[in-house]
Amino acid sequence: MNMGRINTRFRPLFAGAAMSLLLVAGGFAPASAATPADTLVQAWAIDDTITLDPAESFELSPAEFIGNAYDMLVRLDIDDTTKVKPGIAESWEISDDGLTYTFKLKPGIKFASGNPITAEDVAWSFERVVKLDKSPAFILTQFGLTGDNVAEKAKAVDDTTFVFTVDKPYAPSFVLNCLTATVGAVLDKKLVMEHAQATTPSDDYKYDTDFGYAWMKTNYAGSGPFKIRDWRANELVVLERNDNYYGEKPALARVIYRHVKESATQRLMLEAGDVDVARNLEPGDLEAVQKNTELASTSAPKGTVYYISLNQKNENLAKPEVREAFKYLVDYDAIGATLLKGIGEIHQTYQVKGVLGALESNPYTFDVAKAKELLEKAGLKDGFSVTFDVRNTQPVTGIAESFQQTAAQAGVKVEIIPGDGKQTLTKYRARNHDMYIGQWGMDYWDPNTNADAFTSNPDNSDDAAVKSLAWRNAWDIPELTKQVQAALLERDNDKRAELYQKLQQEALETSPFVMIFQQIEVAGVRGNVKGYRLGPSFDSNPLAPVSKE
Amino acid sequence: MPARRANRRAWALLKSVAGFLVIVATTYLGLLAVTFFIGRVVPIDPVLAIVGDRAPAHVVERVRQEMGLNLPYYQQFILYAKGVLQGDFGTSVLTTNPVMTDIRRVFPATMELATVGTIIGAAFGIPLGVLAAVKRGSLADQIVRILGLIGYSVPIFWLGLLALLVFYARLGWTSGPGRIDVVYEYTFTPVTGFYLIDAIITRDWAAFRDIFSHIILPGSLLGYFSLAYISRMTRSFMLNELQQEYIVAARAKGLSETRIIWGHALRNAAVPLVTVIALSYAGLLEGSVLTETVFAWPGLGLYITNSLQNADMNAVLGGTIVIGSVFIAINLLSDVLYRMLDPRTRS
Repeated sequence: MNMGRINTRFRPLFAGAAMSLLLVAGGFAPASAATPADTLVQAWAIDDTITLDPAESFELSPAEFIGNAYDMLVRLDIDDTTKVKPGIAESWEISDDGLTYTFKLKPGIKFASGNPITAEDVAWSFERVVKLDKSPAFILTQFGLTGDNVAEKAKAVDDTTFVFTVDKPYAPSFVLNCLTATVGAVLDKKLVMEHAQATTPSDDYKYDTDFGYAWMKTNYAGSGPFKIRDWRANELVVLERNDNYYGEKPALARVIYRHVKESATQRLMLEAGDVDVARNLEPGDLEAVQKNTELASTSAPKGTVYYISLNQKNENLAKPEVREAFKYLVDYDAIGATLLKGIGEIHQTYQVKGVLGALESNPYTFDVAKAKELLEKAGLKDGFSVTFDVRNTQPVTGIAESFQQTAAQAGVKVEIIPGDGKQTLTKYRARNHDMYIGQWGMDYWDPNTNADAFTSNPDNSDDAAVKSLAWRNAWDIPELTKQVQAALLERDNDKRAELYQKLQQEALETSPFVMIFQQIEVAGVRGNVKGYRLGPSFDSNPLAPVSKE
Repeated sequence: MPARRANRRAWALLKSVAGFLVIVATTYLGLLAVTFFIGRVVPIDPVLAIVGDRAPAHVVERVRQEMGLNLPYYQQFILYAKGVLQGDFGTSVLTTNPVMTDIRRVFPATMELATVGTIIGAAFGIPLGVLAAVKRGSLADQIVRILGLIGYSVPIFWLGLLALLVFYARLGWTSGPGRIDVVYEYTFTPVTGFYLIDAIITRDWAAFRDIFSHIILPGSLLGYFSLAYISRMTRSFMLNELQQEYIVAARAKGLSETRIIWGHALRNAAVPLVTVIALSYAGLLEGSVLTETVFAWPGLGLYITNSLQNADMNAVLGGTIVIGSVFIAINLLSDVLYRMLDPRTRS
């Protein structure tokens, strides 16, 4: 081969290659990666954020933004999650009949805008939630609030006194826990109403203002330690220190969330120092982060449980022995040691660890012989076939495949129907499944939310008004439904806890829910970040104590 | 007589323009109708994306009515088509922005990446293809073939992560995922949405360096994939040209090989190559979902996929129309280039 000839003929090729090498290796190598000292940068999948309005937002990532940028009357105490602590309210009193809650606000406190926080702002925030009536509004309207009576029931007596009247003598812990939810955030009435648009009253919406609904989707009117400065959907969220915050001011000037979905990408960015915190690490990447001496990890059990449910419309699955047998057919140990390593822990009751009345009991183990015995008792000695709707994400796909194998050992043929998240959910909500694997996050930090979802089904007909998880699986349980309602009105906290434990015990034995695990939220954190902590719920992941060295 | 001939030519031109417009209009209508009905029959409840899994039944029902989802399909379609004709593509339920506002934001990100990718792909793919054709059967040909084969068959997802691992994490030659470092987030103001151009306009050279070092890795990756395709096609076009009689004639005339290859053979192979490059560019403009995922690139591919998974049909339809328009525009453009490169098509 004549090298000289090639050289002249392919000069353009070599010139191009040389040019690009020069460009990459020389002039454009980035400066050493590090985030600014007063800024915390987090990589997190934030594509579930569809609004920043506390009256409408009901997803995970916005709960964290709202939790840090707004304040509620009372807040969850993350050191003892069965209690609440003061937020905007300094103290509160409950009348003897259990119907009237009087909150005394902290004096002289301000919104980020500089406007004073008054009881009128609190009352108006309640009114706004009730009248807009978006997804999370039921957390307040379940106390008997309606558009017509809210002005009477949630009322400012003077600048610092707010009175909330409920329709039944509920357990005080229940009422207070609900007020810690993001829907209870106190909004800056003056600021929001400056941006409110006039509306034409109709049968569906009887008011002549939108209460700033259009503006609040992307704007901010709160009083938390941080302000929400910017949100670009699927791209980033920027929080900035609120200098008008009445409590201890955050050390950080700002917190930036970058939307990064891929676990491996997050890990690389964390290792390179382009982000300070990575929030969606899968087991493999988490292990690498934990081995790296420059990085640390932190975790907290969250209010989300994963379960396999059995539709009682399927005649095989409706047999009590089959329901019990399936609880013996999950290889809990193997799933816990591999698929859930670091991101979940085996949990067989439906109340999450840390909430009032949670029952700590994991009686089931993988036992094929026992399951076979139960199936034989049910007259299904030779097994049967059943379909299983599974969305195509981890760890649920892995768990479903594991169950498919272990169930086969008892003669149960499981056919997995993979689908997209929203697709399987649509089918599940219409009760058209046999088996489904799902997750359930608490609506607010109180045992009632999960008791209501798993063990309450007031009307099992197809067009029921209330469609709980028990309804979705056609589990008809009038007796348990009554017990759930009774627990709501039990004003003695210890007795209330006992009632919930009894409900969980019953569900553990007879329910069509094979509870698998409780989610652990885990974050990889760079070594120079101090005070980073995760709370039990997303709205209680506190950013104010975080600093960087 | 010349006046009459000019008249006839004008008439023919008018007819071809009108024909073209009819084709475009039917294409759009078909595109709209098919996407709309696919979107409505997918077994996903669009209300879920707005209200979430935990909303009470009466809220779900109210939102369904607000979205007009309880109307018959044909009425929904007429309502939608009416809006589109008035330039209203509706609002995305996921981002709460008008769909076109979203697309104006995500499309430049994809287009910038696709342009860099195509430039790299063509700049390397054509010379490599020429080399392979001229040195047919040689070691160089085999290497180009293997290079192309890897480009075709290796999953981009894996290659993207590998590239990040090597060039970003280990060697530190390039910046990581995203379009720009957070430190520039509030000093750098996008004008056109094409960040490289914006940095030049605002003479922000530090930002330019940063943006360049962010785009070079995903750009090279996409470039590699289009290189694989372009080099294979160049090779076969070149082989075809090199067998033509005019090459023999040129050699007989004593022209240098360099001149024959680059000046004559490639010049003629360039005509079909334009179509190949244009199509590969159009393909990249759809947005490479996997590349955008790995590199956290806020582009069109991610936007449409995310919308589709949530049955956010306004966003999906808007995105589809933009992609359709891009294909039509690029086909037009390659037709124009054809005429410039090939005198025979100019009559």
